[in-house]
Amino acid sequence: MSQVFVLVPGAADAAPELLAAALALFPGSTPTALVAGHGPALDAAAQAAAATFKEVWAFGGAALAHPNAELLRPLLAKALPAGASVVLAHDTLGMDLGPGLSVKLGAAYLPDVVGVEAAGGASLTVLRQEFGGQAHARVACDASGGVVATARSGAFRPGEGQGPGTVLDRSGDAAGLQARRRFVELVQAEAGDVDITKEDVLVSVGRGIGDKENLPLAEELAEAMGAVISCSRPIVDAKWLDKARQVGTSGQTVKPKVYLALGISGSFQHLGGIKGGPFLVAVNKNPKAPIFQVADVGVVADLLELLPELTEAVKKAK
Amino acid sequence: MTLPFSPATATLGSLPLWPLFALIPLAGLACFAWIIRRRLEPLLRAAPDPRRDRVGVRLLLVLKIWLAQWRHPRYLLAGVLHIVLFLGFLVLGARSLQMVFLGIWPGFALPGLGAGYAAVKDVAATLTLAAVLVLAVRRAAFMPERYRVPPGLGKDHTPEALAILGLIATLLLSEGLFEGSLLAAGTERGIPLTLPWAFAGLLGGTAAGTLAGIHTAAYAVHDVAFFAFLCILPLGKHFHVITSLFNVFFMRVETGNVKPVRHGVPDAQLDEVKSFGVKTLEDFTWKHILDFYSCADCGRCSDRCPANAVGRPLSPRFISIKGRDHAFERFPLLGGATAPAPLIGGIYSEAEIWSCTTCGACEEECPLGIEYIDKIVDLRRGLVDDGLVPQGVQKPLSALEKRGNPWGKLERKRGEWAAQAGVPVKSAEKGETAPLLYFADSMTSYDDRSQRIAQATARILHRAGEDFAILGKEERDSGHDVRRFGEEMLFQSLRDQNVEAIGASGAGAIVVSDPHALNALRHDYPGVPEVRHISELIAEGIGRGALKPSPAKDQRTYTLHDPCYLGRHNGVYDAPRQAMDGIPGLKRVEMEGNCRDRSFCCGGGGLMLFMEHEEKERMGARRVEMARAAGADVIVTACPYCLTNIEDAIKVAGLEGKMEAIDLCELVDAHLDN
Amino acid sequence: MEILVCVKRVPDPAENEITVEGGDIGRDDLVYAVNEWDNYAVEEALQIVEREGGSVTVVTVGGAEADETLRREMAMGAEKGLLLSDPAFEGADGLGVARVLAAAVRKGAYDLVLTGAMADDGAAQVGGMLAALLDWPFASLVNRIEGTGPLRIGREIEGGAQEVSDIDLPCVLSIQTGINEPRYVGIRGIRKVASAEIPVLDAAALGADPGAPKVRRLAYFVPEAGPGAELLEGGTRDVAARLAGILKAKGGIK
Repeated sequence: MSQVFVLVPGAADAAPELLAAALALFPGSTPTALVAGHGPALDAAAQAAAATFKEVWAFGGAALAHPNAELLRPLLAKALPAGASVVLAHDTLGMDLGPGLSVKLGAAYLPDVVGVEAAGGASLTVLRQEFGGQAHARVACDASGGVVATARSGAFRPGEGQGPGTVLDRSGDAAGLQARRRFVELVQAEAGDVDITKEDVLVSVGRGIGDKENLPLAEELAEAMGAVISCSRPIVDAKWLDKARQVGTSGQTVKPKVYLALGISGSFQHLGGIKGGPFLVAVNKNPKAPIFQVADVGVVADLLELLPELTEAVKKAK
Repeated sequence: MTLPFSPATATLGSLPLWPLFALIPLAGLACFAWIIRRRLEPLLRAAPDPRRDRVGVRLLLVLKIWLAQWRHPRYLLAGVLHIVLFLGFLVLGARSLQMVFLGIWPGFALPGLGAGYAAVKDVAATLTLAAVLVLAVRRAAFMPERYRVPPGLGKDHTPEALAILGLIATLLLSEGLFEGSLLAAGTERGIPLTLPWAFAGLLGGTAAGTLAGIHTAAYAVHDVAFFAFLCILPLGKHFHVITSLFNVFFMRVETGNVKPVRHGVPDAQLDEVKSFGVKTLEDFTWKHILDFYSCADCGRCSDRCPANAVGRPLSPRFISIKGRDHAFERFPLLGGATAPAPLIGGIYSEAEIWSCTTCGACEEECPLGIEYIDKIVDLRRGLVDDGLVPQGVQKPLSALEKRGNPWGKLERKRGEWAAQAGVPVKSAEKGETAPLLYFADSMTSYDDRSQRIAQATARILHRAGEDFAILGKEERDSGHDVRRFGEEMLFQSLRDQNVEAIGASGAGAIVVSDPHALNALRHDYPGVPEVRHISELIAEGIGRGALKPSPAKDQRTYTLHDPCYLGRHNGVYDAPRQAMDGIPGLKRVEMEGNCRDRSFCCGGGGLMLFMEHEEKERMGARRVEMARAAGADVIVTACPYCLTNIEDAIKVAGLEGKMEAIDLCELVDAHLDN
Repeated sequence: MEILVCVKRVPDPAENEITVEGGDIGRDDLVYAVNEWDNYAVEEALQIVEREGGSVTVVTVGGAEADETLRREMAMGAEKGLLLSDPAFEGADGLGVARVLAAAVRKGAYDLVLTGAMADDGAAQVGGMLAALLDWPFASLVNRIEGTGPLRIGREIEGGAQEVSDIDLPCVLSIQTGINEPRYVGIRGIRKVASAEIPVLDAAALGADPGAPKVRRLAYFVPEAGPGAELLEGGTRDVAARLAGILKAKGGIK
């Protein structure tokens, strides 16, 4: 079996989940964690990864202070052994790095894996989602030449770690790295008047609210509950609410105790922004909306009808 | 009659003045001719617009709208004052012509206008001056809100208005003095309380020589003022004094229709038209530029415009004013025309052009017959041609192209509502035929709530003994709002599919419950059988006893909201009222001032549902307020879009349980249970 | 700047609802459209050319039916279209498609290649693979492009932040939605380009071999429904009252 590597991004809290994904894809393997960076940040990341993985390869260097795919791709292509398999998170770094890396390694590419059906042989069968999560697919690949796979966040339950492990300094491989894409700066999303990441109770609105004019219905409910309004991406795209209120992989990651999803269908990009397993209540007109699969309590209803009643009921229940 | 003195024989020192009095008109007319020639320039370069048809109808419009000032009293005070001013102008126009000749021809009189006319014009002049004074005070001190110029749209128009009123007053006073000084030289004093009478009284006993001087001076002032007035008119909003007659003659004679992309180009040859719609001034038709010239800036259009009322960036008045100023700028009086400039991004904004619901309130109100809908549609055609379609509308348009409805729902589900109608509904998709075709259109076919209108319609038709069928999956969206959103080619594709399906159905008559479908089939579809709205069939059915509604089921108060495309655009005002009144004991009130042809748009239908507007409140919310103010508990509509908009507004206003919206068909159907 | 935009024809299901039946998506009544992300890529290319000069070519790998896809994008303003079509391309995986596209890129003289960030299958792979095959720099999820080369680009990353970098030309960029507002194309626009010549290149003309696919979709399936939500049913007022009670019990009412 090919050697298995896991790229652990700076935020090492993803390490256990990525290890779980790697073990699901390559049962019985002992994956090596890959971390890249510069200075103390690299040391910290390497140490954190070592808590979970048996072995950590650390790539350091000034050029890697802001590791981007254009630096990592040639670096890994050079440093990894022939036939290696790599597991990445299906995040914006993974999407940037994975496809090209698979070409450079001559490996098969399995993006956005949500499950594994058959592994361990020359053929690997995984589960994916297409059409924005509306259709599930079984996808098989020839794993004989190695595999680069990206794992969807939340799809693999972290198990026991393989650490504590040792850190190997592989900075030598990173010498003389020159990228044709150079980091300039990070522009943070405009800070809004609220920080939804720190809220315990969120009333989140999606496309199902229909119209900007109907937002006050949700706002009144939030006010009655003592909650804060958040939303899904279409609401921000329509400029009905600030970007700062967007929950999802392209917005904020929130950790509330109670999450009330109003007219949100429940795409994985949205659900990917909800962490900490809140009590999830979904209201949607469409009984087939995927959100009902993950919600604790659901109501199939027209928001315009339900919201005023619910606001009243909440006021009474106080 | 011999005159004691005349400007034609007057001298200054030893110099005779008549050559000057000959020169002033000649110079004035030359100047006026030059200005008019320049003003005609954009009209000559504009798009064609054949308007010489139906001369009889047009002459009647001139008599009614222009001469009788039919629409003026809709704003009572301003209207009455304008009528006085207008009639004064008509009477005094002849006098002014006579005055021009009096400077070179002593005692000149227009044939047929003798002593009787002299008396009438003195009274008219006096009344006109009174009107001018009232107008000036009103303008300066009690200006109605609708005359204000919102920030960003230029300077206030009050100085212009006051200057013109001053000039008119000068004309009236100088003529009065001219006449009065003559009277003062004799023994007559004229008609009491008129201007000449007042001046003659003031000048009584003055020496004849002085009177002659005053007489000549008054003449000179009048002569100069008159030609100054003539040349100033085409420079601003008072151009309407000259253009209104033509504008009314050439005005829209039909409602509900939309102009073709280019007059004279048949649909089949549209592919050869390089650019669609209006992008620069020259793309407008000559009539539309004449509209710009004719705008009197009275603000009635914008006062009645629902988009303007809810704070959308549209004021029809400024569509005209900005268009006029742009035309003046592009075609200056001196020097050549400047190059065509894009109107969108220049004088108009995209948001402004997409704000219009084409409700027609502005056109209904305009005392001069200015058109807006065709201009808006033409500007949208230009935007669509350049790909500048709001993102929210692109998906529905694409779905209409692919599946014939704006939600992209399956074609074969179009007729599914019929299964729950409770009565048999024939469908062309099953090969069934009937003499009457019920064309449901997309909203009524697919929208959960609106399907109840379709089902009620089917039950009413069944009850009335009509043998009817639907097209089912053979039906496409009528394309009514697709066309009014400027997507002409998509509209034509939908229309052609429908015309074929309607033809194949073999029906001899069509009934609709959606006024948008009514309007499309009536005005946009050539050669389809007669189309009527279900309210007309209900009123008739009740009239001939085929439908006998049971007594009203509750004591609530009902009011009818006139859908724009039923009322204003198609003149169906009475049928829905008769239908409601056919329910014994039903209590009905009117939203006085906001009903019938002054109905207030609910927010618009069709693709408007998918638009996001910059606005302070919803039109529907306004409408619900109006109904509430009228004391109504139930708003009865006769259009699926009105129903949806008003129901939403009731919910958002938190008036659920207190107020209700219901379609006329549902109301009647609920009372056919006996 | 010479820009090539790679586009894909994808199913456009009724009401955006995909159904799965018998191992495949429901294909009755299915119509097709251009992948939504690709419209943003074409619009961005057009805006760059309007700014900097040059021309836009749209390319797709597919059968004769993909002609319509190209024409729709040409109606937006792309000057040229290019259809890469060969029975050997059928059933190609992401890498195979990237190889065919790479051959087409090598045949031209492009400064910039754009793709949509992803398509119907959510794989988001062809752009990155294409760049790797060409050995050009790559950036995914691009939501801002400025300058003339090196380009100043922004990538949409986690938390709504934007990672700004400079990237050398030639390069491949995958375009995220929201970077612009794609222009509308109607029937008239498509008719205008109806007679435009679209060269069709097959495997021989391209000298391209997609290779044996390493990755195959075996089947679509409907996952066994999990426990799902406990659904509250009944009258609106009753449901609202029960829901308020549940929210209160879970600490959702403060």
